[in-house]
Amino acid sequence: MTALATDLARQTASEFAKVLSLRSWWLLGLVLVVYIAVTAGGLAFFLSDVGAQLGGAGAPALDPVVSATLVYSSVTAVGLVIPLLFGALLATTEYRHRTLTPTVLAQPRRGVVLAAKAVVALVMGALYGVIGLIGSVGVGAPVLEALGESSALDEPEVIGLVLRTLLATALWSLLGLGLGALLTSQIAAIVVVLAFTQFVEPILRILAGAWETTAAIGRFLPGAATDALVGAGILSSLGSIDPTVPQAATDALLWWQGGLVLAGLAAVLLVAAAATTLRRDVE
Amino acid sequence: MPFPTPLAVERLSKVYGEVTALSDVSFTAQPGRVTGFLGPNGAGKTSTLRILLGLNTATAGTATIAGVPYRALDRPLARVGGSLSADVFHPGRSGRSHLRALALAAGIPAARADAVLEQVGLAHAGRRAVGGYSLGMRQRLGLASALLGDPDALVLDEPINGLDPDGIRWMRGLLRALADEGRTVLLSSHVLSEVQQTVDDVVVIRHGRIVFDGPLSDLEAGTARVRVDALDRTALAAALAAAGARVDPAEQPARGLVVAGLDAARTGEIARDAGIALTHLSDEGDGLESVFLALTADEEGIA
Repeated sequence: MTALATDLARQTASEFAKVLSLRSWWLLGLVLVVYIAVTAGGLAFFLSDVGAQLGGAGAPALDPVVSATLVYSSVTAVGLVIPLLFGALLATTEYRHRTLTPTVLAQPRRGVVLAAKAVVALVMGALYGVIGLIGSVGVGAPVLEALGESSALDEPEVIGLVLRTLLATALWSLLGLGLGALLTSQIAAIVVVLAFTQFVEPILRILAGAWETTAAIGRFLPGAATDALVGAGILSSLGSIDPTVPQAATDALLWWQGGLVLAGLAAVLLVAAAATTLRRDVE
Repeated sequence: MPFPTPLAVERLSKVYGEVTALSDVSFTAQPGRVTGFLGPNGAGKTSTLRILLGLNTATAGTATIAGVPYRALDRPLARVGGSLSADVFHPGRSGRSHLRALALAAGIPAARADAVLEQVGLAHAGRRAVGGYSLGMRQRLGLASALLGDPDALVLDEPINGLDPDGIRWMRGLLRALADEGRTVLLSSHVLSEVQQTVDDVVVIRHGRIVFDGPLSDLEAGTARVRVDALDRTALAAALAAAGARVDPAEQPARGLVVAGLDAARTGEIARDAGIALTHLSDEGDGLESVFLALTADEEGIA
């Protein structure tokens, strides 16, 4: 191995050790699995015939695959805030507790530190995907079955969604790292993460969908790109749930295009951080 | 056996916006010696040490470890160990986990974490979260981090701060032993008396400029001052002046002469050799601390 590869391997091991020696990683996982289980269970109930009858509107029966993907995609519909937050904390905790000093004393090549954190962000992000799917599939599928619907677990479309969910959570964790490394302030990062995922982006997506030109741009918003990547999402699937909603004026991105949008955005944030905040004096 | 590793700072300057924190700072901490880097808070000690360890970037000048800048060192923790603050630990992580993560990053065997915890007297608290540590314990953990790579040189910012009297005694003994093994020890303090018993060399910084650089004994020599009197005061003054001392009458004429640059023993010898009987001889040296305070006092317009 070259010296750089050795340094990167050592730093990655160190970054994993740092993450695993704190409680926050599994606390975030616990919040995620409970949140997703409740969301997926509820969604499975309301998308089933039983739920539809309760609504009393006589909603049309949904394609079982569409219902199942909507239920299983709860991870990316509402749970991405967790890997995003994890990635942001991975960077900002070093500033918040000033541990960046010992970190860069042990590894003065700061690019190696950031690259190692990127590896940790991707792996832990995928792990949050697994944890989220335990919630969405683990609860959603039995609820669907119990209400007489198909869990559709053997459908290729569903299997593809499950696998691409792992890619989505990994990339959102990387996005968080880029955001955290650029902002450095833990409070600012948390505020931005919560405000953007819970408020700003959903509103932007709905507004953007109103006109053809803005819809073309709106496809590149991270949440929209994620729906394209995994192949389902509440906002992008409104048409199939409620036929009165007009069909989207613009075609959604292809799944790999959605993935590239997320990866590209993460890369831009990381490069910007490497060129600015990472070069600053460590205080 | 440590590799002789001088820590050299050359013509360093650092400007933060409008504020000049360091101007033209040069000194070298030598292997096998404890060098005290002294000055009031805000004089530029921490800035200098952070530049030396590659954490901050100098506006001009160089800082090297055995001729190599920190960021270019091959295995930095094995060459120089640094502890710049007792406030660089995650409160939720144990001291042992902190050290083991650093060991992983630096390619140091994990067993060193336990060895250095033992060495600094923290073995009993190693598995506890740092959030529950006292300032003294965090100082010890900082020192353990610095010692992790068994380095040839140590850079410690205010290492005595927060230690109890036993801890201070222990720290002095440890730093002495490390220097005696041939390591370079550079430590900062804003109180000379705190490190007076430990240091061999002294570098004094004030307003970002070096105002003294030399062995502690040179700083001490400047403090010698005696008051002396004899029946033949004129002859005594002449003899002392001939020996190279600065002789002035005391503030009150009845109190004899004040001699700077000679200690009491030497003054007595000169009087004896000149055949003058003394009627008074007392040591009036006001100690290192006041020399240090005079060096770093604000009203002296050195800048």
